[in-house]
Amino acid sequence: MSVAMPPGSAFLPLSVSLRGARLVYDDLLLFDGLDLELVGGSLTCLLGPSGIGKSSLLRLLAGLAPRGMSGHLHDGSGQSLRHQVAYMAQQDLLLPWLSVLDNVLLGSRLRGEPPDRSRALDLLARVGLTEVAHSRPAALSGGMRQRAALARTLMEQRPLVLMDEPFSGLDALTRLRLQDLAAELLAGCTVLLVTHDPLEALRLGEHILVMNGRPATLSALPELPGAPPRDPGDPALQAAYRAILRQLDAGSR
Amino acid sequence: MKARLWRALLTLAGLLLVWQGVVMLGDLPPYIMPDPLAVGVRLWRDAGLLLGHAAVTALEIVLGMLLGTVLGVLSALALGYSRRARRWLLPVLIASQAVPVFALAPLLVLWLGYGMGSKIAMAMLVIYFPVTANFYDGLRHTPGGWLDLARVMAPEGRRWAVLWHIAIPAALPAFGSGLRVAAAVAPIGAVLGEWVGASAGLGYLMLQANSRMQIDLLFAALLVLAVLAVGLYFLVDAGLRRLLPWHPANPATLENG
Repeated sequence: MSVAMPPGSAFLPLSVSLRGARLVYDDLLLFDGLDLELVGGSLTCLLGPSGIGKSSLLRLLAGLAPRGMSGHLHDGSGQSLRHQVAYMAQQDLLLPWLSVLDNVLLGSRLRGEPPDRSRALDLLARVGLTEVAHSRPAALSGGMRQRAALARTLMEQRPLVLMDEPFSGLDALTRLRLQDLAAELLAGCTVLLVTHDPLEALRLGEHILVMNGRPATLSALPELPGAPPRDPGDPALQAAYRAILRQLDAGSR
Repeated sequence: MKARLWRALLTLAGLLLVWQGVVMLGDLPPYIMPDPLAVGVRLWRDAGLLLGHAAVTALEIVLGMLLGTVLGVLSALALGYSRRARRWLLPVLIASQAVPVFALAPLLVLWLGYGMGSKIAMAMLVIYFPVTANFYDGLRHTPGGWLDLARVMAPEGRRWAVLWHIAIPAALPAFGSGLRVAAAVAPIGAVLGEWVGASAGLGYLMLQANSRMQIDLLFAALLVLAVLAVGLYFLVDAGLRRLLPWHPANPATLENG
């Protein structure tokens, strides 16, 4: 992997603040009065069991708020987040009729901007997909497809990147490699990564928030030593892993 | 490909054999059921006549397909794009299906005359609904994840851009199903129109042959019509496969799997 300027260098770090988020789903109060702060330019992992409302919280930040959801959302300077967000989901969401390259260029097409092919090809090279740039997604493995989705996300050059369990559909080895690649390429961006995998959060998160209980609350984990991506074999990580499991377990009672 | 051709030929030979068998065993007179040879001779001798009428019917079918498809695509786009169109057009569309289209044939001949117009209109009417319904269904079922992605990428809500870049391509496989159905039913519409009142076309020729007890000619016309209809279907099918090579439910990819 060549060392190049991180894509995040195109903008200043963006800090994000969400106040008083509330979600009612089917008459069930999932959370109320929830506050979330994202530190500019750092990767925050949001960890919690399935169905707790993690993805809904992320969708609120992405401007895709589901019905029954509200909250006050702005960046550090009180601006709205429109045009500042890129979104990567668990499914790669590649359009099957477009080549990988054209998928990476989708955002500019939708906005009616002239597509910057050379930058797209450069990003594809950095995720190791130069050879398949002109193939359709169906020809790609799951890991390659998710790398294409990562390139598409980076192409947007947005200061806030929201990721909803982007690696959970992959096998263990592919997942580790993609986590490393994402951590490297997303340097400089403010990232919120939603996951239900404590190890993934411990490996990648500069800040880790645990979401649990009903209505759900957020609590920050103590900061871990070392810069991500961390070694999963590190004893400090293992200790933190046990602590998280205890915390999640306590929250589910 | 070669194996497919062989299979087709073998099936054809089998059908001819059954036909011959029925005629021989049932001891059927030629004015009820002529044997394959007699029909073959008729096909050969009246090739010019048959081709002339076939050309008329083919033109009616193709023009009906084209107009019906254009109208169906426009209706589906209007339904998919505008809530008002859905509110006003959709009930009309569904109610129109309660009227059997074939019952309209005499009216169409009355209004549009004995020429090609009424047959084109008939073919158009029978394919309009399958094309519209299938394409509209495809437009309605754009995967939500793609729309979410588009909303984050272009929050200013360029609806036409989302329609053009995502919803329409995503609906093309459904549109393809509609078009395949259309290719199968369009000949029915045209021939029915010819039966009600015409001065040319295979349906007209069949009625004429029937009233003159030229049953071998009736069968020959029927065969030409079958070839026409099957040919149209395969043409449309091949065109769709070429147009949508990415579609996973494409029969070609299923067969290769």
